[in-house]
Amino acid sequence: MRLINPRLALPILSLAILIVAVFWLQPRAMSYVGINLLFNLAVPIALATVAQMIIIMVNDIDLSMGAFVSLVACITAAILPGNPALGALMLLGCVLAYAALGALIEARQLPAIVVTLGMSFVWGGAGVLILPSPGGTSPVWLTAIMKAKPPLVPMAIIASLLIAGVAHLLIMRSAFGVRLRALGGNARAVSRAGRSTVRLRAMAYAVAGCFAVLAGMALVGLTTSGDANIALRYTLLSIAGVILGGGEFTGGRVSPIGAVIGALTLTLAGSFLSFLRLSPDWQIGAQGAILILVLAARLLVRQAEKRT
Amino acid sequence: MTRKGLLLTATTLALALGAPAMADTAQKKIALSNNYAGNSWRQAMLESWKRVTDKAVADGVVASADAFTTAENQATEQAAQIQNMILQGYDAIVVNAASPTALNGAIKEACDAGITVVSFDGIVTEPCAWRVKVDFVKMGRDEVEYLATRLPEGGNLLEIRGLAGVSVDDEIHQGIDEGVKAHPNFKIVGSVNGDWAQDVAQKAVAGILPSLPEIAAVVTQGGDGYGAAQAFAAAGRPTPIIIMGNRQDELKWWAEQRDANKYETVSTSIAPGVSTLAFWVAQQILDGQEVPKDLTVPFLSVTQDSLDQSLKDTPEGGVTNVDYSQDDAKKVISESK
Repeated sequence: MRLINPRLALPILSLAILIVAVFWLQPRAMSYVGINLLFNLAVPIALATVAQMIIIMVNDIDLSMGAFVSLVACITAAILPGNPALGALMLLGCVLAYAALGALIEARQLPAIVVTLGMSFVWGGAGVLILPSPGGTSPVWLTAIMKAKPPLVPMAIIASLLIAGVAHLLIMRSAFGVRLRALGGNARAVSRAGRSTVRLRAMAYAVAGCFAVLAGMALVGLTTSGDANIALRYTLLSIAGVILGGGEFTGGRVSPIGAVIGALTLTLAGSFLSFLRLSPDWQIGAQGAILILVLAARLLVRQAEKRT
Repeated sequence: MTRKGLLLTATTLALALGAPAMADTAQKKIALSNNYAGNSWRQAMLESWKRVTDKAVADGVVASADAFTTAENQATEQAAQIQNMILQGYDAIVVNAASPTALNGAIKEACDAGITVVSFDGIVTEPCAWRVKVDFVKMGRDEVEYLATRLPEGGNLLEIRGLAGVSVDDEIHQGIDEGVKAHPNFKIVGSVNGDWAQDVAQKAVAGILPSLPEIAAVVTQGGDGYGAAQAFAAAGRPTPIIIMGNRQDELKWWAEQRDANKYETVSTSIAPGVSTLAFWVAQQILDGQEVPKDLTVPFLSVTQDSLDQSLKDTPEGGVTNVDYSQDDAKKVISESK
């Protein structure tokens, strides 16, 4: 077995190049505070990306991720501080709703893209109902965790490593993870082996829901309050993060560590373009160009792999 | 007086005269963090910023005043942008925020780094920041007050709201609500979201019109009046009194209707140049002036009398504007104390 999985080599390389470029453009960023400022907003994105990765792993795609994370943010900011029991119950309800969605999609053989697109409006509406105008506060303990200043290594880096580690163990090393990946790889084989695919897909969605709930909570911990539109961007960011991190849309081929690296890369790409003083008219295009560049590089690597 | 003495006096005089421009802020860097540039109001806002700050930099009042706009109108992206500005070493950040609360974490980081943060238009609730704000509740109330003078009998109102979940929409709506409570002969019979865009408003109004009784007036939030007028015309219904929002297409339509059939209404919005007021406020704070945290800017209203002049001054596809000066900022600051 090779030391570094080739699937991971490219995401790591892209991140390293961007880090060097950002430090070169803005030497001030090369400090404890600087690194924290660069990466702390990547923590919720990394959690959402892992959630999206689990959905993609079972051959689905989740277009409601941003709206769902926003809803969680609203619950965390509006209800959790004043009424922890009710807040926790609602968050649990969110996870169960996700599991139910997974079961529905499998049992009725519905296209996930349609179901989640529809649900995005449900989550969005629920968010506005819970928090009609932006506000609320972050629970004190949550902000304390997200803004903690541990010695030597910034919190953003510790959190990223932790997320990558937990997701890796859960998805790549546990029997549970193997079954979920098998569902994406060959659902028929899983069902012939006597496993209930409905139950497995519900489990996959529940785990994704857990990570998405953590993403919303982490986001509120950083922003210190909520907004019903706070995380809409996460839908596309999380999908891009999974693909950037070496995941594929089909076949249960994903990489949790890669997904976290993908999320960090996307966040850093934004800072890089901002330090370059690129006109905003070009920024979306430039972000897309970075994405295409990495994907093109991946195609080349894949072809080279096939030849050897 | 010797020639040398004369020269010295001249130099001292020149220095003294140059002093106001060479204020304490000459080395200071100010950044504008803007969340959105996709409509005529924001374009005018950025143009005003550029016009006024370019001159301020040329005059040596500040070292630089760069404008940054996020590529997508998203709070998370703007929070990252503000954190980047901290790293870039700006002395003050002027913010038009995507969310009054979702940036608080990043704003606090900036304050902790010793940076002055001034928010305007889209203000933030973080206590360490300054707020140059518009009384949007009053704007909504004033709309109904105006209608009460025009329609003493009252009547049915159609309300066009902005983007759901955004605080400005909530505040204007609250004001309209208060106005209707104070004048109970008015009744809101329908409400749609126009998202402050003429095309969205037109579609939304066209969709709800068939189900509505006769409408006496339309209360709006700006950027939606022309679309509403088009929807009424297309449905073949009589044109109600539509409150306008200073957009050029709205003023033009109003002027045409006035010439054709003596149409009367009023138009209110905040001037996009409020960005320049926020800039001067930031400069005053950096200069060491005592500035209260909450400042209020006046509305910019167009009436039947000022319509022709305003229409002439407003660029095609733009919005009625005014650039603020350092003296305007001083006046607003002293009035708020």
